[in-house]
Amino acid sequence: MTVTVERATNGVCEQGSSRRRKDSYTLFLLPGALAFLAVIVVPFLMNTGVSFTDWRGVGTPEWAGLANYRTLMDDSEFWASFRHSLFMVVAMAAVPTVVGLVLAAALFDFVGKHFGSRWAAVLRACFYLPQVLPIAVAGIVWSWILAPGNGSLNELLKAVGLGSWQQDWLGDPDIALYSVMGVLVWVQLGFPLVVFMAGLQRVDPQLYEAAELDGAGWWRRFRHITLPQIRPETYVVLTWCTIAALKVFGAVYVLTKGGPGGATDVPSYFSFTTFFEKTQVGYGAAVSTVLTVIILAVSFVGLRFQTRAEDAEDTVEGART
Amino acid sequence: MTTAPRRYPVLIALVLAALFMVVPFLIVAVNAVKSPAEYSANGPLGLPEGLYLDGIKDFWERVDFGRKLVNSTLISGSVAVLAVVLSVLNAYAIGIGRIRGRTWVLAFFVLANVLPQEALVYPVYYLSKQVGLYDTRLSVIIVFTVIQAAFGTYLLSSVLGQFPREVIEAARIDGANKWQVLWRIVVPVSRPTLGVLLVFFFIWTWNEFLLPLVMLISNDNQTVSVALGVLQGQRLMDATMTNAAALLGVLPALVFFLVFQRTLTRGIAVGAVK
Repeated sequence: MTVTVERATNGVCEQGSSRRRKDSYTLFLLPGALAFLAVIVVPFLMNTGVSFTDWRGVGTPEWAGLANYRTLMDDSEFWASFRHSLFMVVAMAAVPTVVGLVLAAALFDFVGKHFGSRWAAVLRACFYLPQVLPIAVAGIVWSWILAPGNGSLNELLKAVGLGSWQQDWLGDPDIALYSVMGVLVWVQLGFPLVVFMAGLQRVDPQLYEAAELDGAGWWRRFRHITLPQIRPETYVVLTWCTIAALKVFGAVYVLTKGGPGGATDVPSYFSFTTFFEKTQVGYGAAVSTVLTVIILAVSFVGLRFQTRAEDAEDTVEGART
Repeated sequence: MTTAPRRYPVLIALVLAALFMVVPFLIVAVNAVKSPAEYSANGPLGLPEGLYLDGIKDFWERVDFGRKLVNSTLISGSVAVLAVVLSVLNAYAIGIGRIRGRTWVLAFFVLANVLPQEALVYPVYYLSKQVGLYDTRLSVIIVFTVIQAAFGTYLLSSVLGQFPREVIEAARIDGANKWQVLWRIVVPVSRPTLGVLLVFFFIWTWNEFLLPLVMLISNDNQTVSVALGVLQGQRLMDATMTNAAALLGVLPALVFFLVFQRTLTRGIAVGAVK
């Protein structure tokens, strides 16, 4: 009885002071709000504003309206850089997600089950290793391996009798983009793999056992159990990897500097050179604004799919219990 | 059940694929300890005949690598600590304080998180020149503290949103104010998550390239990533030097990886699912 009374009075007090209490928590947000204002909000608004001017980094920016955006429409360099972005999405989102999914399933329910989880953990570590490497360092490693003449890859091809396959991997405009893509697959693969392996631990092992008893082979279990069960993770991975692919900068800077002849130029590198080498700040700002809009759209769509998948899963789980 | 003869081909294929992932590291390590004469005689694929460390030593002295390591450590360490503190304060207000309009505040942090740095880089560069912070390590620390805290706030807010409210209520009844609840209860209880964030912020900042490249132009302030990236971009290094550079760049990452492997793999899973 006393407990109920106490709780009741407590509730009244809480209601009376709740407004004040909520407000005073906002104080904790103050340092964050100020820091974000100075480092994110103001620069971002400045950048967007500058994209409507012909500013060159000195003096007063002069209003140019949509001139920069109109120039973009006819700029083949700009279109090429965004076309290359699609290749980067293939290399950093599509391929790593698919390969990562198959590898994760193989490591989790094949290697883990038949050879022990130690094997699975060691193999996972190998695949994840490139992810912790600074992209600048990965670039040095690979541009040396892919070097023309006596680069390791060319030497290896010669050693196994495929000397005619030797290429100037990063210097040939027809091949450079694919070489960069290859390096990015190597860099990115570990991320989906680790996320998927963690996701697979959620899946009820009884599902697999039941399917196995029913005579379903590995591929059928993969398609009908693994894939639907880790759909939320798949959306997360696809969204994050696509965003990362659109932002690619370091790899291009270190491997090819956008070359040869713009064959590997990407929007972030294009805006970087426009800002700091051509000092067409207004134009660079327009390029980065377009990039921002695309990235925000991708994040929004990704988030929608993700919440929908999670909701669906909650309903299924609710129905089951 | 799969039969034994069919099992091994799959394992061998996976091991080969894993080997392919680590082979570049091995080639680099092997070639970094070859002398230039040996390299030109046997090419990149031969095994080293002895341990030649002068290449590494020369490179270390030429780029003042010790200094770069100190810069990277200082910047990444400061960012990791400051960004965790900032994330905790933000997430405390959003996740536990449940301030009004928190959904919008959170949406803002998510936005800040996906924003490409290209959309910030020029104004940041320009403004830091105006306030005299250009080409200082402090400028990079400030910028990355905020950028990393965007992710930290997003992650921690959902973690703290599930914090047992009875614990907080009990402490409040015992007379603890909000500040004491934060430091004496919320922070100690959330320590595992904060640890994951700390490690991630450190490594992410260590690996950052674009903003440090723009902001840190003098040799004395550059990070490992920027120094190596710029050297590579200039194409002035011979094979031995390139390998020394690559090996010295790989080593710290390898150390972090071995030390934090569990935190890393667990953390990615937490971050992705939240």
